[in-house]
Amino acid sequence: MASTDFSHQMPVAGANQAGFERSKVLFARIHIDLPLLILLIVLCASGLLILYSASGQSIAMVQKQAIHYLIGFTVLVVAAQIPPRIYQLLAPWAYLLGILALIGVLVMGVTGKGAQRWLAIPGLPRFQPSELMKLALPLLVAWYMATKGSPPKLFTLAKAMVLIAIPLVLILKQPDLGTSILIGTSGLIVLFFAGMPWWIIFSMIGTVAACAPLMWFFVMHSYQKQRVLTFLNPESDPLGSGWNIIQSKTAIGSGGIEGKGWMQGTQSQLEFLPESHTDFIIAVLAEELGLIGVLLLLTLYFLILLRGLHIAAKCSTLFGRLLSGSLIVTFFIYVFVNIGMVSGLLPVVGVPLPLVSWGGTSVVSLLAGFGIMMSMYTHDVK
Amino acid sequence: MANPRTKKAATTALTTTVEYRIPVWRFALVLGVFLFLLIVVAGRMGYLHLVNQSFLAAQGEQRMVRDESIPALRGDIEDRYGEPLAVSSPVTSLWLNPKLFDAANAPKLAASLGISTNKLTRRLKRNRQQGFMYVQRHLPPEKANKVLALKMRGVFSETEYRRFYPASEVTSHVVGMTNIDGKGQEGLELAYEDWLQGTSGQQRVVKDLLGNVIKQLNVSAVAEPGNDLKLTLDLRLQYLAYRELKAVVQAHKANWGSAVLLDARNGDILALVNRPSYNPNNRATLNAKDMRNRALTDMVEPGSTMKAFTVAAALKQGKYKADSIVNTSPGYMRIKHKTIRDHRDYGRLDLTGIIRKSSNIGVTKLAHEMGAEYLWSMLHDAKLGQATALGFPGEAVGHLPYPQKLDKLGLATLSYGYGLSVTPLQLAQAYTAFANHGCVQEARLILTNTQTPCEQIMPEAVAKDMSEMLETVTQKGGTGTRAKVEGYRVGGKTGTSHKVGKEGYQDSEYTSIFAGIAPISDPRFVLVVVIDQPQGQEYYGGEVAAPVFGRIMEEAMRTLQIAPDQSKDFHVAEISTL
Repeated sequence: MASTDFSHQMPVAGANQAGFERSKVLFARIHIDLPLLILLIVLCASGLLILYSASGQSIAMVQKQAIHYLIGFTVLVVAAQIPPRIYQLLAPWAYLLGILALIGVLVMGVTGKGAQRWLAIPGLPRFQPSELMKLALPLLVAWYMATKGSPPKLFTLAKAMVLIAIPLVLILKQPDLGTSILIGTSGLIVLFFAGMPWWIIFSMIGTVAACAPLMWFFVMHSYQKQRVLTFLNPESDPLGSGWNIIQSKTAIGSGGIEGKGWMQGTQSQLEFLPESHTDFIIAVLAEELGLIGVLLLLTLYFLILLRGLHIAAKCSTLFGRLLSGSLIVTFFIYVFVNIGMVSGLLPVVGVPLPLVSWGGTSVVSLLAGFGIMMSMYTHDVK
Repeated sequence: MANPRTKKAATTALTTTVEYRIPVWRFALVLGVFLFLLIVVAGRMGYLHLVNQSFLAAQGEQRMVRDESIPALRGDIEDRYGEPLAVSSPVTSLWLNPKLFDAANAPKLAASLGISTNKLTRRLKRNRQQGFMYVQRHLPPEKANKVLALKMRGVFSETEYRRFYPASEVTSHVVGMTNIDGKGQEGLELAYEDWLQGTSGQQRVVKDLLGNVIKQLNVSAVAEPGNDLKLTLDLRLQYLAYRELKAVVQAHKANWGSAVLLDARNGDILALVNRPSYNPNNRATLNAKDMRNRALTDMVEPGSTMKAFTVAAALKQGKYKADSIVNTSPGYMRIKHKTIRDHRDYGRLDLTGIIRKSSNIGVTKLAHEMGAEYLWSMLHDAKLGQATALGFPGEAVGHLPYPQKLDKLGLATLSYGYGLSVTPLQLAQAYTAFANHGCVQEARLILTNTQTPCEQIMPEAVAKDMSEMLETVTQKGGTGTRAKVEGYRVGGKTGTSHKVGKEGYQDSEYTSIFAGIAPISDPRFVLVVVIDQPQGQEYYGGEVAAPVFGRIMEEAMRTLQIAPDQSKDFHVAEISTL
């Protein structure tokens, strides 16, 4: 892939204005947004470095993850070439496919770690249909809202809400509370950008707040309640459900400002930190590279957010704007939820750190999302 | 995601783009909210990193830094010349954490150790909930390293010390043994546990979650090895005494046997053997019966061997001389309901004759004349029926009845060795008086520089008379002629006591004893041989125990290069030393 040739460039925009303008034209032609691509590559490269340390210097794991990235960026480039019109055409079908797959999971899914989340279709790699839904739902809602025109009518909003609720309930059944909330949010974000009236926004917030106690008694599973209780007081069960969060806080805090040095973190290297290469990977970074490393990573994510919002504002179609806005906001919610969870601000919900945590499905679907954003941004539909 | 199949189907979805710009303030709100969230997250991380840093760093340290003890080397036990009797050598024990161990690895682990896969799997199943299980203990380090090289998850090693007993069953009763954890369980290993065990050290190490030691930080206390223990035993004499005892116990199908060889000048126990014995290197075959140190834990009635003390008491009192005559006719004597008998009517015997013929009537008359108090004092002074100074675990005290409780019959039986009980060692210790100028020397097992002074219990002249009287027992006409040693003058006293059963003294069960000293010209050694319940035609002390005495004493004196003192061989010895 040609874009890797530019990985040595600094991700700071405006360093070389003239050269930048020239390459902007070039990259607009191949439908790639250079600043975003560079930011993503830098993020993935740092991810590989952290993973090397977190996996206990496992070259094999780093190679596998590099392959995940390679596939992801290929998908990104391909997705960026597809014009927005096609996405609009595909949106309802992708949604339908996603719903069918989610029903398939409930009927014949593979159970792992106490939940039915995987679908194994012969001849295809095992995958989580909820990952597909992460893209399909914003696609559908953006398509639907763009077709109906803005600002939306009340009835349109209500119908959109139903479309959001269907996959949400299906994922909730698996059970996977975290993912269903995140997917629901991605849909609501589209509505927000589409101009949902304020009184609805506030009444929804109020309803959620009022329903929270009801959720506790009627919707949440015992393991989910346990997670919340553990979050409120991890020390109540330090060797059981509190172990993860206590260990990760210990790892983060013992790093100090400058950290213990790359591959020198005792908590992570000596396997005291659980899930150190997946959900809790930022604790490894925090222990080994300290507060400085964490702030650098947060800055990187923030720059991606800024660029993403810029893209969302500048897309030529409403569909593109709504979709891009939802995708970038969701991406950042993942970041926040993951770091909040690892640092003990939020309950443990099992959300990976986007593009840094180990795992193929999430890397590919996230990069595909960025590919779609680039497509929306670079294709002129006027 | 994109599915090309649906392309043409989507004809109805028209791109009816209505121009609508997302208001900037909605973006600004999103950005503001996220900036706020970012600051919250960064603040939280900063709080953990800065404010909580020292607390959390200490918590982290607690998880990986462990204080471990370093095992201390146990002290050796050796004989008087430094021959090893108990030594420790480092071995490796393998253990595993069943929670970490992958059960699929069990066949591989079993094969590498050469143990049964089924047994290992069963033990794994039983200990599934545990965090610790020994796989195999006390392996040679090379073998253990081979298993560790397989790098199976959850398998660990620790260094321990294994105790070896080179002289095995020959010294096992004295030396004793440790358990698998290296703690003394029997014998001197138990009695001198504190002296031998040493102080384990402490080290600080970094461990990972699986328990692997990553690195050593420091050693806060060096392991201090235990002290060595030097015994008075002479391993050469121990071997030969054991060999002879084993032979006689087998030949006579005896219940058990003991032999104690003392150096009368200082009380050193040169040999102390029992049969049956056990191999302390193989714990699988242990049984309690074999592990008794009979010479110290089992009591016997000393029988006629006590007559020497009765006669010595008579000599000490001064009313009798060695050649004073006592009339033992008619060879029996009725006291209350009981009749005391000699083998036959010996008629008029001098005191030497009483010893030589072992006349019950003779000693009874002597005892009745001197009174219970006097005889009791003699036996008490000889430390019979009292705990020795050894402090050996499980040692028996024995029993010496108080004189006030003795009637005429009781006094009579006491004079020829019934009604009291002693251990073979106590008997040997008492006999040191005859070999050490009338001075009783306390027996000892540990070779030290300090020497407890002996206690004079009879005048030197009496002791000299006694040693010559004892010599006549091994000469023509004596009861113990089979104890004779070519080239040396030896003396002693036979004893044959009926064993006590459920209904009093048993007619057909005997304890056969010989206690004696050598060489008579300058007595130095005391040897007591006790054979319990010899089967068959021979059961008298003179028949069963005396020959063993002779054989052990002969070889012991040759081994220790004692000059022969029998007149006819005297010249030979003189020539050989020239």
